[in-house]
Amino acid sequence: MSGNVLVLTEHLQGAFTDGTYEALALARRLADSLGGEVEAALAGPGSLAPALGGADTVLVVDEPVLEFFNPQAHPRVFSALVAEREPAVVLVPYTSMGMEVASEVSVRCDLPLVSYCTGVSADGGLSATCRLYAGKIEADVDVPGQRGVFALLSGSAPAAEGRSGGRGEVAKVPAPDLSDLQVRFERLIEPTAGDVDITAQEVLVVVGRGIESRENIAQAEALASALGGAVACSRPIVDQGWLPKTRQVGKSGLTVKPRVYLALGVSGAPEHIEGMRGASVIIAVNKDPKAPIFGVANYGWVGDLFDLIPELTDRC
Amino acid sequence: MNIGVLMRAVPDPVEELELSADGTDLDRDFLGYVLNEFDDHALEEALLLKEETGGSLTVMAFGTADEVTQMLYTAVAKGADIAVRLGEGLEPLDARAQAGLLAEAVQAGSFDVVLGGVQAADELGGQVTVLAAAMLGWPHVSVVVGVQPNSAGLRVVKEYWGGIMAEFSVTPPVMLGVQAARQPPRYVAVARIREAQQSGALREEPVAAPAPSPAVRVTALRLPEAGEGAEMIAGDESAAAERIAELIRGSR
Ligand SMILES: Cc1cc2nc3c(=O)[nH]c(=O)nc-3n(C[C@H](O)[C@H](O)[C@H](O)COP(=O)(O)OP(=O)(O)OC[C@H]3O[C@@H](n4cnc5c(N)ncnc54)[C@H](O)[C@@H]3O)c2cc1C
Ligand SMILES: Nc1ncnc2c1ncn2[C@@H]1O[C@H](COP(=O)(O)O)[C@@H](O)[C@H]1O
Repeated sequence: MSGNVLVLTEHLQGAFTDGTYEALALARRLADSLGGEVEAALAGPGSLAPALGGADTVLVVDEPVLEFFNPQAHPRVFSALVAEREPAVVLVPYTSMGMEVASEVSVRCDLPLVSYCTGVSADGGLSATCRLYAGKIEADVDVPGQRGVFALLSGSAPAAEGRSGGRGEVAKVPAPDLSDLQVRFERLIEPTAGDVDITAQEVLVVVGRGIESRENIAQAEALASALGGAVACSRPIVDQGWLPKTRQVGKSGLTVKPRVYLALGVSGAPEHIEGMRGASVIIAVNKDPKAPIFGVANYGWVGDLFDLIPELTDRC
Repeated sequence: MNIGVLMRAVPDPVEELELSADGTDLDRDFLGYVLNEFDDHALEEALLLKEETGGSLTVMAFGTADEVTQMLYTAVAKGADIAVRLGEGLEPLDARAQAGLLAEAVQAGSFDVVLGGVQAADELGGQVTVLAAAMLGWPHVSVVVGVQPNSAGLRVVKEYWGGIMAEFSVTPPVMLGVQAARQPPRYVAVARIREAQQSGALREEPVAAPAPSPAVRVTALRLPEAGEGAEMIAGDESAAAERIAELIRGSR
């Protein structure tokens, strides 16, 4: 075993994700405490390697089948690399891709896995902080074996720090056998443009499950037009079919940075917060005083959104 | 197709969570449990798939609590053919141990496809559908938003971010973590659930809990402070509306 930290990177459409750079930034801090190096594993086009200058070594496995994420091929390649390099710590962004990678690598390499991490430390033993129950509980965990895989929630370290600062030496690594894949990538499906571009709005009135029904969304629409903004929403509203996908904020939706983000009946799950943290003024209305949204809001009011909406619409 | 669905009872997110005396677990004495919301989508997608391909649909869950039984009968009322209750209580085994037990149940069931929820936010040991697939040597696709039969076996759509999705062709067997079904999960009348309770579709398959593996140790849980960081607005809705209108104006 080494004191190295290995980041399993992820890319889409020719660019690494922010989560990858956040993981590299955290990896540097951990490697410094462990007296090791930062390694980055790239399963995909070798031409992307120069963008991983935050790592000391970039391990490149370049096969045509790895150009696009494949949930069978990528975890297999990464597992082989982890088994060979024996890093002390493996960091994976907890994203749509990373969640498939982290769990499989932990099984194949028989390493403990800690998911939903907001931070990882190697000072005086390996430990992490995690967010459970949709952000309602924080957990401290120890990994006594001193080796582990950590899946990182967005925001675990500043992405900017992970973009440079390493030696960036590239090493080509042969791929394991990928001839028997049962999963074949067919194509990417691009989003269709919506009626409103929520990323371009100055003011967003954002409804969550607290809005209760499709019909009630009209009240939020009226408020949004009084404010000169638009209505956006959390994921369950889209899954219910009440608003189109183009209105969804968060991990699997859009990232928005409006001047005003007024959240009505949104609990503030980590997957939602990652899409709206950058808003200038966040105002949250929720009847639950313990809702995690109040942890990210600048201003909060505990109460019923249906009482507030008419009062506020009148005043705008 | 022989379709399996994994269902998990999780602490009701609407309830107030309290910590146990030693602060390393929830106080589970008075906790209510509900079906993990993503599992409801997994079941819906499985029902749609069964409607398209025919075959049999088996739902599986851990635990003997009333909520688990209710959850299984509801699935039968919606169209599942067999419900399997895998013994044990709701005591939190870590995700790896649970995945091991589920992998055995999946193996025994000779399924073509097994669907679970994308994640359950009450456990930090990883994604059970992926863990179980890795143990079985099966492929997996997670964050799934659609499954349909095609010439290879299944066409599976996985969601990334910003509305971007990827389409895969998959030769079964495969394990899927469902984020959202193609349509909102269906409702079922209470009378149908009562019928299901009489149907004898529920099977018990006791499983032995493995020894806990202490690879990850929870040392403390915390409830984040209410409104930590936010300036809380006092007063009734009209006072709040006044202040919020002022804040919005002031932000220009
Ligand atoms: C891989 C993955 C990706 C995801 N991506 C996203 C994403 O992009 N965006 C996203 O939003 N979610 C996403 N989620 C889902 C996320 O985990 C949460 O389930 C979701 O954000 C919860 O939405 P919500 O806050 O509207 O609902 P809930 O969590 O149910 O919260 C509703 C809130 O409304 C409050 N409320 C109810 N009635 C009232 C009332 N009358 N007045 C005031 N308050 C009221 C309640 O107190 C509660 O806090 C994702 C999940 C996964 C697993
Ligand atoms: N004990 C369990 N019994 C049945 N299914 C489970 C269990 N634990 C997890 N699952 C399934 O795995 C999914 C993901 O859970 P998790 O991996 O714990 O985040 C759940 O939504 C269920 O479909």
